Amino acid sequence: MSFLTSLLNALPGAVAQGLIWGIMAIGVYITYRILDVADLTVDGSLATGGAVCVMLIRAGVSPWPALLCAMLAGMLAGLVTGLFHTKCGIPAILAGILTQLSLYSVNLRIMESKANQAVSVDKYDLLVSQRYVRTFSPVGELLTKNPLPLLLLFTAAVIALLYWFFGTEKGCSIRATGANQNMARAQGIDTSANVVLGLMLSNGLVALSGALLAQYQGSSDVQMGRGAIVIGLAAVIIGEVVFGKLFINFGLRLFAVSIGAILYYIVLQAALQLGLNTNDLKLVTALIVAVFLAIPYWKGKAFHGKAQKGGAHHA
Amino acid sequence: MLELKNICKTFNPGTINAKTALNDLSLTLADGDFVTVIGGNGAGKSTMLNAIAGVFPVDSGSILIDGQDVTKLPEHKRAALLGRVFQDPMMGTAPTMMIEENLALAARRGQRRGLKWGITPLERADYKELLRTLDLGLEDRLTSKVGLLSGGQRQALTLLMASLKQPKLLLLDEHTAALDPKTAAKVLALSDQIVQENRLTTLMITHNMKDAIAHGNRLIMMDAGRVVVDISGEEKKKLTVPDLLALFSSASGSTEANDKLLLS
Repeated sequence: MSFLTSLLNALPGAVAQGLIWGIMAIGVYITYRILDVADLTVDGSLATGGAVCVMLIRAGVSPWPALLCAMLAGMLAGLVTGLFHTKCGIPAILAGILTQLSLYSVNLRIMESKANQAVSVDKYDLLVSQRYVRTFSPVGELLTKNPLPLLLLFTAAVIALLYWFFGTEKGCSIRATGANQNMARAQGIDTSANVVLGLMLSNGLVALSGALLAQYQGSSDVQMGRGAIVIGLAAVIIGEVVFGKLFINFGLRLFAVSIGAILYYIVLQAALQLGLNTNDLKLVTALIVAVFLAIPYWKGKAFHGKAQKGGAHHA
Repeated sequence: MLELKNICKTFNPGTINAKTALNDLSLTLADGDFVTVIGGNGAGKSTMLNAIAGVFPVDSGSILIDGQDVTKLPEHKRAALLGRVFQDPMMGTAPTMMIEENLALAARRGQRRGLKWGITPLERADYKELLRTLDLGLEDRLTSKVGLLSGGQRQALTLLMASLKQPKLLLLDEHTAALDPKTAAKVLALSDQIVQENRLTTLMITHNMKDAIAHGNRLIMMDAGRVVVDISGEEKKKLTVPDLLALFSSASGSTEANDKLLLS
């Protein structure tokens, strides 16, 4: 019984974390699923978003413009990876690793050579804070203090904007770039420019998520992005495994990614309540993602092995 | 409509694998020409089409399409002038996108892509009618993913996409080679129909000599990166397969090439 109550207690926090990381995971979805590029920049750009946001708020900038600047910084990181990849011919995965590595130094510079910079909700007017995540007071106050409504609104806005964008001519051309570069170029689409644009969009969202996360936990840390890509992938894949058959519409698929992130954090909380050592978290996360990545492959082998061969031959 | 002037292209220059694919190739196509291209493996047929499309830069020479020098233009910019269908049915369409989305992408070839909707309701109705002309039942499957279609259906769709926005030049790179004979014949008939209806200037590579003779108003044969035989008009109509073989061996100065041409 105590397990259930403590899990219930931890639920609002897990949902808030899930919503924040969900925005990051939607960024990963853009590169991993739409562009078909494995982008490892995100481990760096998440921390960049946090660093920029926290330092600006500490300097007296209000949270909204700070959030916007964090997003722009993330887009700049995506631009660098994109140029490494398209202009220098470096494989995408390596280009991302290079940017990620260099961002470690950049982030330390942004944070004035400190590995950690605090931004207390007592001193600054933050948009979201962990402290009030279990505050369910009357409506007026709840809207201003509890982070959940704002995070929900943020997620909905991000999904709505992306749904619109990927339905436009430009958005369609990015999807075509990810689906078949040969076809895209034959239809007059500048695939290199689109890959760069997609990476910028993705890392902008990742940095936005980092900025929200830093406010939520009251500090930015140079290590906060470590393993972010795996959490992002976990959210994308959990979302697909759970809702893949149900959600065909693109907007719903993004929604599924966000729910995937929330589920991930709820499962994580449950595991912690059951006595999992915090130090083993990353190991467990990696194993969970590995299993979820393997499931579609195993399924394909078990049921469609022969059919797939025939299909490929026909086509 | 198309002018190739002294095109040279060597792959892997300066290495042991150096391969001269185009050797001082020159070719001029008049407006409305439908040219079939034959030649053995490695003769440079596909390389020529890819050079025109801008898949890679050429070493020397110039390429003019409709009077415009495109030699230095990247592939996606040349696309405004070209319609292309590839040998591999997988190459011409986006498999994870819907049939209507693929068509909408093709309808915007050569246009700036902005923040207007990627497909409008008006277009949908048009596409439905167009697909009906293919007679493949695709008109009721506008929202199906292209990846679910057969190779023949995909090639037919790619043909439609290539001609949706009237190109200056249509490039067909052995686009029926990967299909079964029945489907190949159907796609070939459709190609003829689309070329005639839109009066398209066309370059069609084929491995099938009968097809090369039966289609188009002009036939060229390539060998070692250049055009060695160029027949058009009445003379082409009277052509037979043995004639072509004889022409080939005299042009390339080798008899064993016969087998190479026949087998390939």
